[in-house]
Amino acid sequence: MKKLTALLLSLLMVVSLVACGDKAPAASTEANAEASSDVKVKMGFICLHDENSTYDLNFINAAKEACEKLGVEYVIKKNIPEGQECYEAASELVDDGCNIVFADSFGHEDYMIQAAKDNANVQFAHATGTKAHTEGLKNYHNAFASIYEGRYLAGIAAGMKLNEMIEAGTITADQAKMGYIGAFTYAEVVSGYTSFFLGARSVCPSVTMDVTFTGSWYDETAEKEGANKLIEGGCVLISQHADSMGAPTACETAGVPNVSYNGSTASVAPNTFIVSSKINWAPYFELLINSVKEGKEIPADWTGTIATGSVQLTDLGTVAAAGTAEAIEAAKAKLNDGSLHVFDVSTFTVEGANLTSYMADVDTDAAYEGDHEVIVDGYFDESGAAFRSAPYFSLNIDGINLLDTAF
Amino acid sequence: MNNDKVREPLFHIVKRDNFSTKRAWIVRAVAILLALIVCAIVTMLLTGDNPFSIYATIFKGAFGTPRKTWITFQNLSILLIISLALTPAFKMRFWNIGGEGQVLIGALASAACMITLADKVPNWLVIVIMIAASLCAGAIWGLIPAALKAKWNTNETLSTLMMNYIATQLVAYFIIVWEVPKGSGTVGMINANTNIGWIQVGNKYLLSIIVALLVTIGMYIYLNYSKHGYEISVVGESERTARYVGMKVKKVIMRTMILSGALCGLAGLLLVGGINHTITTTISGGQGFTAVMVSWLAKFNPITMVFTSLLIVFLGRGASEISTAFGLNQSFSDILTGIILFFIIGCEFFITYKVNFRKSVKEDKENV
Repeated sequence: MKKLTALLLSLLMVVSLVACGDKAPAASTEANAEASSDVKVKMGFICLHDENSTYDLNFINAAKEACEKLGVEYVIKKNIPEGQECYEAASELVDDGCNIVFADSFGHEDYMIQAAKDNANVQFAHATGTKAHTEGLKNYHNAFASIYEGRYLAGIAAGMKLNEMIEAGTITADQAKMGYIGAFTYAEVVSGYTSFFLGARSVCPSVTMDVTFTGSWYDETAEKEGANKLIEGGCVLISQHADSMGAPTACETAGVPNVSYNGSTASVAPNTFIVSSKINWAPYFELLINSVKEGKEIPADWTGTIATGSVQLTDLGTVAAAGTAEAIEAAKAKLNDGSLHVFDVSTFTVEGANLTSYMADVDTDAAYEGDHEVIVDGYFDESGAAFRSAPYFSLNIDGINLLDTAF
Repeated sequence: MNNDKVREPLFHIVKRDNFSTKRAWIVRAVAILLALIVCAIVTMLLTGDNPFSIYATIFKGAFGTPRKTWITFQNLSILLIISLALTPAFKMRFWNIGGEGQVLIGALASAACMITLADKVPNWLVIVIMIAASLCAGAIWGLIPAALKAKWNTNETLSTLMMNYIATQLVAYFIIVWEVPKGSGTVGMINANTNIGWIQVGNKYLLSIIVALLVTIGMYIYLNYSKHGYEISVVGESERTARYVGMKVKKVIMRTMILSGALCGLAGLLLVGGINHTITTTISGGQGFTAVMVSWLAKFNPITMVFTSLLIVFLGRGASEISTAFGLNQSFSDILTGIILFFIIGCEFFITYKVNFRKSVKEDKENV
């Protein structure tokens, strides 16, 4: 019986090998033919998860939008882990004739760099990465957006809501405590919650904030539990930086207002959703495609802003306080004309003192050594043009209380 | 069941003893055909896509280009090594569900050597220490449940399963110790510039394939032609017989689990040192569990296992190609894989057993 299984399966395998022999050369010549024509753009995308993750969905939607707008062929590979699989996926996309390959997750970076080294005539781009400016490869690029500005504006919406609660007498000014669920104690998260907090404090001076971490970018249960823990601890408004619906759902159940991320969560939390900030990646994808079409250089680091249409706020939810839209518009105008900076050092203190100098770990190294002075003209220059696109603000400012820092 | 005079149940399940090889052949062919037909119907009903183009895409996903073929064989090798590792334990009727943890702990040991020894000893010595460390780590992870079983007769299914969680949490802990940059929760590519501890033979896929080949041949000889292999099968058939003929059952159990764990550790070494050059809690990707199925499907025959693991890897690679080419969710391809495996495993049941219905009952029950 064993022999029979073996025989049958081996037959299957022989058949597969024969067919493989036929197909392999055809596929590779096709790839060569497409790669040699440099006007025609084909873009490949590598996603860590699939549409079920709000993070990846945001990339997938932008990819479709940009490619369809510019009439460019595209391929999306989903569920690619942060290991050698990413290198293989990138190489397969190159084999398939793609001349731009984009990956969406932080852990993909080293494998994208490896693929970029092996394929000098293909452009590789990577979101949230930190190494393009030190690696010095002509065909490897990082991108991010000044999402801290979006978080700041969302923070204003949160502050307005707190003011409304204080005026209505539901809470006193001292009870204006927000809660925040973060994934890791990573600069991207720290920068996000700090800007959110500063936005809220710009309209509601008595606000404080508790922060808890889940140790995962996507863990519905942990995010829900985190939100419940914060609510039990007296937080009257919740926001989060993690990719599941856990926190919005917990807020809806508890009736606590929520400021979301990556896109509107009004569908699961119609009665508690205030607003969400998100990065729109379509402008960057269009830039990549047009640069390759026209043979232009792509910057090593690109930071999308409110002006490029990369940083967006969703429509306000029904629970947003009156006047929120106007307050956000006013702040947005000031951010755009440069009269307002989110991390203005006069608006926050670290251990009781104002910051005058800070060496940030811009060039990634295993010792986390600070290497660049990032306080310029009286503000912390986050995602600055002189540094890199991925956030490096990792200070613990006064008024924010970290409940745990295990991750 | 043995006596006709007691109230007869609706059907009997009887072991076949005279099933001709030709008929078994036909049953298997029919099962695969049926599986493909059911998959085709499901595909058309759910997506409206042409099932034949889906089958062609599955095939292309596994063997479409030379690179794809290499990757398929590399994945096959890793799954095969883990399956072979579990086999001696299963043959001994020791339910080692801890393959995942044994692979992870081997992977962790390799990564630890690569990170901590990189600037202390020469590259060749790093590699030697890595090999020793990952084999030992896997062996220890296998030995602990075996020793518990031998000493206090604990349930090895539970203890090996629990050891998986301990290994996962240990890896999670060390990732935070080694993460770059701070707070990111990823280790990144280890020694990306110096390549210290990177093990490679020929092209980057070949090493795992060669190792898998050696392990397959070695395991075949070990199980069929060695004294140890004989002892394993006697203990598996009946512990009492083994004890009666003077075998030291406890010693056999522990020795076999050391081997099982060490081979899993070897797979961990290949995953970190040979393929990924990083460490994550999901680096094994559930293969420690898939290997259980591969090993059983092959009825513990190392040679057959080459083909059962090829089948699983082929379906998996094809599945991800479908989701890319047709814009379908990965879950859809998992459904197809599930249907095919269901039929293959199901047909083995009908080859081994036959179902006799009670004569008075006319209704014909569909069997699978």
